[in-house]
Amino acid sequence: MQTTIQTEKQRGISSARRKLVQRLGFAGISLAALLTVAPIVLIVIHIYSNGLPAISWEFISAMPREGMRAGGILPAIIGTFWLTLGTAVVAVPLGVGAAIYLAEYAPDNRWTRTIRIAIINLAGIPSVVYGLFGLGLFVLFLRFGTSLLAGSLTLAIMTLPIIISTAEEALRAVPNSFRVVSISLGGTQWQTIRKVILPQALPGILTGVILGLERAAGETAPILFTVAAFFLPRLPNSIFDASMALPYHLFVISTQVPSMPIRIQYGTAVVLLTFVLGMNAIATVIRSRARAHRQW
Amino acid sequence: MVIRRTGTQAASPEQAIKIKIEDLSVSYSDGTESLRGVDLLIPEKAVTVLFGPAGGGKSTLLRMINRLNDLADVTEVHGHVWLDGQDVLSPETDVIALRRRVGMVFARPVVLPMSVRRNLTYGLELSGEHDAEFLRGAVERSLRAAALWEEVQDRLDEPASSLSGGQQQRLCLARSLVLEPDVILLDEPTSGLDPISTGKVETSLALLKQDYTIVLVPHSIQQAARTADFAAFFLGGELVEYAPGRQIFTNPQHERTEDYVEGRFG
Repeated sequence: MQTTIQTEKQRGISSARRKLVQRLGFAGISLAALLTVAPIVLIVIHIYSNGLPAISWEFISAMPREGMRAGGILPAIIGTFWLTLGTAVVAVPLGVGAAIYLAEYAPDNRWTRTIRIAIINLAGIPSVVYGLFGLGLFVLFLRFGTSLLAGSLTLAIMTLPIIISTAEEALRAVPNSFRVVSISLGGTQWQTIRKVILPQALPGILTGVILGLERAAGETAPILFTVAAFFLPRLPNSIFDASMALPYHLFVISTQVPSMPIRIQYGTAVVLLTFVLGMNAIATVIRSRARAHRQW
Repeated sequence: MVIRRTGTQAASPEQAIKIKIEDLSVSYSDGTESLRGVDLLIPEKAVTVLFGPAGGGKSTLLRMINRLNDLADVTEVHGHVWLDGQDVLSPETDVIALRRRVGMVFARPVVLPMSVRRNLTYGLELSGEHDAEFLRGAVERSLRAAALWEEVQDRLDEPASSLSGGQQQRLCLARSLVLEPDVILLDEPTSGLDPISTGKVETSLALLKQDYTIVLVPHSIQQAARTADFAAFFLGGELVEYAPGRQIFTNPQHERTEDYVEGRFG
């Protein structure tokens, strides 16, 4: 009979070697983690260091002048603001409603599975296809024209899968025992959802909503054919007006306008990035505050 | 194994009968049979204990009485449950009203993520009771009945989750009492509690049985013996023996009951 230690020696797996392997493995995964952080840090540093000098009160509050080569980007900022709001108005009730149905009511049958497959596929469709779909359905068929309405609806459809899946996850994370207790106290299922489940899931739902809207705010392709104006130096008056929007504006001044001052391009990128990262920061605050106050 | 079921009716007490279980069989969708032909008469204003090894169908029986099994995957139900002569299992039964008459306390203390006070007023508010004066009184009455008032009267607006485990479980008891039910179902209510908290809950039950019909699944045979006015021994979904508590724990009529009571299997 051999002892375990002798066996190890025979096979040549010394403890020094195992420690070395462990150290290498640890270094490898640390590097992987570091590499995922590097791009976002580099992007932020690059954009802000080049773009911040362009930011002034005039830049964010004035109309563009001289073929967008001077002046501000106010119409693009306002356009993106309205588009994001319009997307929220359509996508939040629809998405949260669908999530409540899927998490709380839907029986496990073929119909429910079909809905789930549809949502998963909706998330996988390329954004330019949403743009063409919006053009076909909202702009042309429903005759909304190139408008904030058509753009918001297109972005809303694109955002739905994100909102539905995060909201459903947030609802499912609420302990089932709360549902049982509420029902046992004579609550209806709807009362249980409204008074116990939804309030508990709300921070998670809000986080998903903000992440979804953040994507909508930054997308270019879906608004390309549905709302965005190349150059429109006035603010939209109604939901049937076309509008400028930050991502498309950035694309236009980076590729379509000759002798464009580069600082305006970077300045526009700074505004868009700040808009998106700001929403992200709000989501993070909501999430961490909810976690601190959570009672389960 | 054949279990003789004779004598299950013989123990029927002289008190008024509150709940009548009649030839009740229940199967879950995964094919497990949870209850088989159970007949049981549960007397008013007494503690009736359902005991036996795990998987005997005790919890299922409890959850048939307040129709909480509607939430579970129950596929087949035969037989009847009568509460004051009302057919509990009938599709026409108003389950909301039923559950207000039949309170329930679970094994783990599940306080809702709200203040102590709102945990108690929650059930009342569900039915549209918003009178502040009434709610205040109801909170105090139910907390006193659950022997918790002295400990939490200054902490009513703190989160219920900040209470100790034993306090949380008594809060759960108070939460079912606040609806002024006729019946209280308790499913191993002290399984997570220390002996002192367990003692407080048992003391409350001893007082509460003057006004309420109590059906208890105890977490130990000792608790069964301490609390039972009547006791029903369940094994593999069947009711083996039903008798006054003193009798079943000192002089069981069935061999299987005796083996279990004396700890030969568990």
